[in-house]
Amino acid sequence: MTVSNDSLMIANVSRRRFLGGMAGASALVLAARWDMALASDEEKQYGAAGMPGGWVDDPNVFIQIDPDGSVTIINHRSEMGQGIRTSLVMVAADELGADWDRVAVQQARADQDRYGNQNTDGSRSMRHWYDPMRRAAASARMMLEQAAANEWGVPASECEAGVHEVAHKASGRTLGFGELAEAARELAVPERSAIELKPIEAHRYIGQEADPVRQRGSGNIERPMAIDGEEIVEGSATFGADIQFDDMVHAVIARPPVLGAKVASVDDSEALKVTGVEKVVTLDTNSEPAGFKPMGGVAVIASNTWSAMQGRDALKIEWDMEAAGDNARYNTDDYRQALEKAAQSPGKVIRSSGDIQKTLDGADQTIEATYYMPHMAQAPMEPPVAVVRLRDGKAQAWAPIQNPRAGREGLAGVLGLDKEDVTLNVTLLGGGFGRKSKPDYVLEAGLLAKETGGRPVKVQWSREDDVHHAYFHALSVDRLEGALDADGKAKGWRHRTLSPTITSLFQEDPEHKGGFELGMGFNTMPFDVPAIQLENPEAESHARIGWFRSVYNLPHAFAIQSFAAEMAEAAGKDHRDYLLELLGPARRIDPRDFGDSWNYGEDPSVYVIDTGRMRNVIETVTAKADWGRDMPKGRGLGLAFHHSFQSYTAIVIDAEVGDDGSVTIHNADIAFDCGFQVNPERIRSQLEGACVMGIGIALHSEITFREGRVQENNFHQYNVPRMEHAPKQVRTHLVNNDPELPMGGVGEPGLPPVAPAVCNAIYAATGKRIRQLPVNDQLAV
Amino acid sequence: MTTLTINGTTHELDVPDDMPLLWAIRDIVQLTGTKFGCGMALCGACTVHLDGEPIRSCTTTVGNAAGGKITTIEAMKEDPVGQQVQNAWLDLGVAQCGYCQAGQIMSATALLKQNATPSDAEIEDAMTGNICRCGTYNRIRHAIHYAADAMQEDS
Ligand code: FES
Ligand code: FES
Repeated sequence: MTVSNDSLMIANVSRRRFLGGMAGASALVLAARWDMALASDEEKQYGAAGMPGGWVDDPNVFIQIDPDGSVTIINHRSEMGQGIRTSLVMVAADELGADWDRVAVQQARADQDRYGNQNTDGSRSMRHWYDPMRRAAASARMMLEQAAANEWGVPASECEAGVHEVAHKASGRTLGFGELAEAARELAVPERSAIELKPIEAHRYIGQEADPVRQRGSGNIERPMAIDGEEIVEGSATFGADIQFDDMVHAVIARPPVLGAKVASVDDSEALKVTGVEKVVTLDTNSEPAGFKPMGGVAVIASNTWSAMQGRDALKIEWDMEAAGDNARYNTDDYRQALEKAAQSPGKVIRSSGDIQKTLDGADQTIEATYYMPHMAQAPMEPPVAVVRLRDGKAQAWAPIQNPRAGREGLAGVLGLDKEDVTLNVTLLGGGFGRKSKPDYVLEAGLLAKETGGRPVKVQWSREDDVHHAYFHALSVDRLEGALDADGKAKGWRHRTLSPTITSLFQEDPEHKGGFELGMGFNTMPFDVPAIQLENPEAESHARIGWFRSVYNLPHAFAIQSFAAEMAEAAGKDHRDYLLELLGPARRIDPRDFGDSWNYGEDPSVYVIDTGRMRNVIETVTAKADWGRDMPKGRGLGLAFHHSFQSYTAIVIDAEVGDDGSVTIHNADIAFDCGFQVNPERIRSQLEGACVMGIGIALHSEITFREGRVQENNFHQYNVPRMEHAPKQVRTHLVNNDPELPMGGVGEPGLPPVAPAVCNAIYAATGKRIRQLPVNDQLAV
Repeated sequence: MTTLTINGTTHELDVPDDMPLLWAIRDIVQLTGTKFGCGMALCGACTVHLDGEPIRSCTTTVGNAAGGKITTIEAMKEDPVGQQVQNAWLDLGVAQCGYCQAGQIMSATALLKQNATPSDAEIEDAMTGNICRCGTYNRIRHAIHYAADAMQEDS
């Protein structure tokens, strides 16, 4: 472990305060993932090793022990509410033997060369970093034991670390971690092969659950070990928006209303008259593909945010819409119709078994349905924001960012600096959901920092900016056809999926979904049906399409889980029983057998598609929810499950539809299997939050375009769930907490099955099948 | 010059009267616990108390707030009800990202000051203006009851 690390330490780092690191160019990240999918199995690196920057397990990088006994653990993953600052620190503290009350966390800056991969998306922080963090902490512990052994002149094997101290049993001597810190620092880091990890049973923090949602009055409630909890409730936690300097200036930007439009002319005379406005700067519109580049527009720089906003309102800008090309004609109603038409014709075959056409033609019964999911904006509660200061050829930046490397290297690019001359500090994120994986807002601040004479500049996005200029969740059309025999048994399944692809951010005119998109629940569809054909017809892109929590799993799960319910209905069978029948007996399927060479970047021999675990979450959740019970009129239970990010989720929603068409969610039961669990309390909170977000996706959330412009402006038009939309009760049932099981993701896999479960519940309550999201007023009579 | 009294301290500010209180608090006084989420009284992230009433500081002008007593999240740890709410939030692990929670706590504290034993419906009514994109609503509802219980026990 290291004691002094000047590049990292910040003066006066108090417990849980942090300023931090950053990193990377995301086109590269994507490219790396695709290369990986194409590599032969022998060359392929999986898990953390397959990520740009890989993993690091050097204790000197992550663990610092000071002579006073305080332990500082460096967290290099971005915190956006998933609790990683707490959970990864639990892992390190446990393996080290540190006393939680003497542990502080410090946020790493963007530095992927030093820390390994920092890109916080794909629900992989714990999956990829549990092992390296344990090894780093175990190494540090062994170094402390060796230091004690040297001090006492006894073999290290006789010295054992307990809680924040090392003891020599035979003589009863002990030395605290702090007393050993300086001597331990001089020692060599143990060989990786010599690292001894603690047995799971010896952990004091990992797996501990404070049961925070225990019923009131039922006794002791231990506090969950939330690292930033106190600062958050006291209003002192530092989000990106909270970075302040006395000499800082504030900027807002009028961005092109249509992707690719350019500023034809700007009259800033009124803007410059606004009190506090200092400067107006026109920014270039970058050529497509959009990537993570700033959109261009006109920036107003002022002494405070309000003046900048007033100044922006006073700008008179003429936009050159020709420059936007087809984007200026993008209309989501037309686009949807075009996709629905295209869904009638065959597309690129992604997976095929049996003869689907023959099966459909010869079936006793066929059903067919087309599902629609609109664009959505992530709308994290903290809109994009970033601060950059450019002084003496060096840039300092502060940003809430999921992909620190993309921010740092992107800043180096726009500023013409080496990345060594760019420091990006990662603040807390006021939500991310994929929006803050794209550093366009950080790069904007970089461009404006060139205009402010060395003063730091904060670029603040308004909510309207955020809604208009998200990286949108892809609009999707999914058409399914099913063939049933006389007994209602499924004989054929054809699914055509159509969406613009995220690849369009980096490439001109890609027409098909990439392997990483199809692998999100489409080609991995697990049903045991004799004839299956999965197709992906072409679809163009006319807006910035990007990751939104759980990404393409959303439309795939919505379509597949809705259609399975429709098949059950056509067969005259109970939905749960029919789902289990579709799944067939428990099987462990190699994803490559389904044509999925992506598998979320994980080793397909370790991370298989396990229909037994699917069956288990379905059986668990239906038992807990008392599936099959009689429901009052207007009220019904809906079921759905989905496998994503290497975890398994099944949900039963209890919904009531009022006479006015309003939907009340009385209860949500969620069964979840992510394998081994580090921080069950945060797992539950992620599932609860995903459930609420999924209800919003089902009922309210939609972004539409007309003439290339987003029609929604703020939360009165882009509706996200409020308290009354949340379930009156959420019960989470965590299963399969087995250290032998490979870890699955947590942040995203709770989301995909929510919307289909809600719609299946609406069907059970009313007999009305929702195939188009959001529900909005479809239930009003 | 406008005079604002925030958390018992008087601030002389040279800002236009029509500046929203939110930006005066955040950018000028540099108390950053109060958050910006929408700017249109739609999300509640900017909730503060003006003479004890919860208000949206993004749509209340400095001119309208001058002369009143403004209380922000930073003062809640000195407030007996605010403390109970903060404790409940910590005990139940309410926060995820935490960005909305200052506003949630300000709304919840104002509610409990007016109604020490709110029902679920009364909680929904008081909290519907506070969006949490992380979806912590169930724990917020729980935590308000929990704080109410703790207040009863203490009194
Ligand atoms: S910022 Fe004031 S209500 Fe949203
Ligand atoms: S905790 Fe993240 S928005 Fe509420």
